[in-house]
Amino acid sequence: MLNLIWLIMLAAGILVAAVTGRIETVTVSAMKAAELGVEVAFELIGVMSLWLGLMRLAEEAGLVRALARVFGPAIRYLFPTLRPDSPALGAIIMNLSANILGLGNAATPFGLKAMQELQKENPHPDTASPAMCTFLALNTSALTLVPATIIGVRLKAQSANPTEIIGTTIVATGCAMVAAIVADQFFRRRERL
Amino acid sequence: MKLIAEVSRWAIPLLFLLIPVVAYIRRVPVYESFVTGAEEGFKTGVRILPFLIGMLLAIRVFIDSGALELIARFLRPLLIHFGLNPDLTAIIPLAVMRPLSGSGALGVATQLIYQYGPDSFIGRLASTLQGSTDTTFFVLTVYFGSVGIRKYRYALKLGLIADFVGFIVSVWIVSKVF
Repeated sequence: MLNLIWLIMLAAGILVAAVTGRIETVTVSAMKAAELGVEVAFELIGVMSLWLGLMRLAEEAGLVRALARVFGPAIRYLFPTLRPDSPALGAIIMNLSANILGLGNAATPFGLKAMQELQKENPHPDTASPAMCTFLALNTSALTLVPATIIGVRLKAQSANPTEIIGTTIVATGCAMVAAIVADQFFRRRERL
Repeated sequence: MKLIAEVSRWAIPLLFLLIPVVAYIRRVPVYESFVTGAEEGFKTGVRILPFLIGMLLAIRVFIDSGALELIARFLRPLLIHFGLNPDLTAIIPLAVMRPLSGSGALGVATQLIYQYGPDSFIGRLASTLQGSTDTTFFVLTVYFGSVGIRKYRYALKLGLIADFVGFIVSVWIVSKVF
């Protein structure tokens, strides 16, 4: 599915550019994409190093395991394929907490750490495991209590009440998350047949 | 709501205080461990680079060429036909952009908020929609890329389902509440 979507986006873009007589935008966009990829990756290296360093401390102090023991049972029913003492659980919990608290740049490093742990328990290293798909479903629906960026934009645009959208955002993101979890259960069961 | 904002403000400084202190008490060599952990940041960044460039190539060409706008324009009559209020069609470009590009979606949302006013219906809807889901393609690319997974199975479908539900519920809840 991804291969097809990738091809369609690329081909449709080139086709539209050709028809509208702006074919040169394709060349510029392609070069820009390459530069942007490096930029994003390097920005990530900085914050990731910072948080992974702290995560390591939390691990060695036994804090991650303690976190997994307290909250693990609650989220483990979403990840039935994981071992009960899986080190991935601690990282998953830290990622979800960072998302919920709106600490966006901490959520990604914790999420990548969780992926590494999940990969260790994955029998087919080039294919997503069911637990990974569940984890990604939780992350793309992005449950958060404080949509800080957009509140900032509203503040600058002189909204009378910049935070009034927090409630509606929580409802929307909560429903999106429930839908992703239900769909995950459905696809997981269907694939096993 | 004030409380939640305060928690976010204090969370990071407190984490950077509490974790090293507890680790030190438990006899962890704090500085050395921090550095060992941080080393992984570089490796991960380099590993996701090809995935990022591949995905950004398709997304940038698709958006910059005007293909995304064309799709938004094509979706407009279709969604009106299925009962979407015609006043709402200004939101369609944002809905299509949201899963593809985080900075792109933020740009569109900001523009809508300024154009229609932050306390207008479109302004509130754009704000809600922006916060309701994450950039699906970016999350998939970075997360799977970091461990070298090329076959995403049904994960992309899950992300897009979440985006779609997030859009429908945003429209519904914003019409209902305000």
